[in-house]
Amino acid sequence: MTQTTTPTPFTVEDLKATMIECAGAAENVNLGDDISEIPFVDLGYDSLAVLEVTAKLQNHLGVVIPDDVVEQLPTPRALADYVNVRLAS
Amino acid sequence: MSTETSRRAVVTGLGIAAPNGLGIEEYWTATLAGQSGIREISRFDASGYPVRLAGQVSGFTAGEHVPSRLIPQTDHGTHLGLAAAAWALEDAGADPAAMPEYDMAVVTASSSGGTEFGQREIERLWSKGPSWVGAYQSIAWFYAATTGQISIRHGMRGPCGVICAEQAGGLDAAGQARQLIRSGTRLVVTGGTDASLCPYGLTAQYSNGRLSESTDPGSAYQPFGVGASGYVPGEGGAMLIVENAEDARARGARVYGEIAGYASTFDPRPGSGREPGLRRAMELALADAGLAAGDVDVIFADAAGVPELDLQEAAAIRAVFGPGRPPVTAPKTMTGRLYAGGAALDLAGALLAIRDGVIPPTTGVSELVPGCDIDLVRGAPREAALGTAMVVARGHGGFNAAVIVTNERSTR
Repeated sequence: MTQTTTPTPFTVEDLKATMIECAGAAENVNLGDDISEIPFVDLGYDSLAVLEVTAKLQNHLGVVIPDDVVEQLPTPRALADYVNVRLAS
Repeated sequence: MSTETSRRAVVTGLGIAAPNGLGIEEYWTATLAGQSGIREISRFDASGYPVRLAGQVSGFTAGEHVPSRLIPQTDHGTHLGLAAAAWALEDAGADPAAMPEYDMAVVTASSSGGTEFGQREIERLWSKGPSWVGAYQSIAWFYAATTGQISIRHGMRGPCGVICAEQAGGLDAAGQARQLIRSGTRLVVTGGTDASLCPYGLTAQYSNGRLSESTDPGSAYQPFGVGASGYVPGEGGAMLIVENAEDARARGARVYGEIAGYASTFDPRPGSGREPGLRRAMELALADAGLAAGDVDVIFADAAGVPELDLQEAAAIRAVFGPGRPPVTAPKTMTGRLYAGGAALDLAGALLAIRDGVIPPTTGVSELVPGCDIDLVRGAPREAALGTAMVVARGHGGFNAAVIVTNERSTR
């Protein structure tokens, strides 16, 4: 087979769905807005919530996101980009 | 007079999540009408279990009462607690945002912790592996989860805590709330809402040998009755807002009553032949309130539904109060025993009884066991002028507690 397949990119919207599934939405945050560059902590997602989200992504997408890497990914955009890199490799 | 004794603890708000009613008036109307919330267990498939009946809170949808953010990270029992606490604050007309956060505290009782949550996570562990166990298991299961979540939600950073004393815990928490008020805290959320109706939770409860295996909701739980065959388990409970009387008066709050007396005791070693600690708990609570036995207008009984324990309780009541009075009732026959939520709901019921001058009935008991010669209010509510009520509770493992609530109180 010569055909190469590009994995479907993982978007911030996909991440948003996982975030809501794992940890709900904070009362004072509108997740309908563009949240890509807003730090998780400002979205009402503490470290435990982010841990829950990354665990779910690892289980469902088969990507590895080490805990020390998670600390370096403060926003939804950063986390989604990292997942995409891992999915492509 | 020292500050310690001049500060009195009064109840200004109630929040109720009971098997036979959500909210104060729904619960109270059902209770006075003798409407039971005991049904066949439907929260899970209990067809293979020896216990088939329970008091389940019906009509409660977490999404309607609990912030979305908190639902996936907390157990059903905590959902009930968060809802009841918010209702109680609303009922009290208290605005936590307007009070200094270190002047408010939360002290709840918990008997099972987040059992249903834990069951779900342990099933993931078995079936899929450790990485599928949710991070929130770390905070959802434990006894202080409800206290902690209420504290965070309402910004109450004073001396919070949780008490684990099975069915007696709701009274011990109220006693602790009173202690905090005396030592300077302005407002305390207290009470309890256990929910442990899942396979793991029911199996754990079954191990005490005291659960009714009857399949007839009308007669499964009949404390002091000739057909007593154990108790029906239930879920839910109540939250109460306790405030310093002077502060409550200053803000024009409606007062349900004062926590005027409290005591707890522990049973002697099983098999010692010594008298259980229940009578002493009642006597010590009376002494603590500065009241005589004759001042008590109604007793909300522990009502184990286990013949030996019923006889012990009837004997303790007779020893303290003499024969035939005061009237005794056990509205928990309509909810089942709610563990940490049970005595909290009884406290709420006692305050509503005082408010309305009516004693709610005990249901399901047709004939009293010989030896249980108490005036058990049965069949229909009984109107009576009520100024003082005693709530009695025993927790499996040797806990006993009694609380006295009064509608008014002269200074000590």
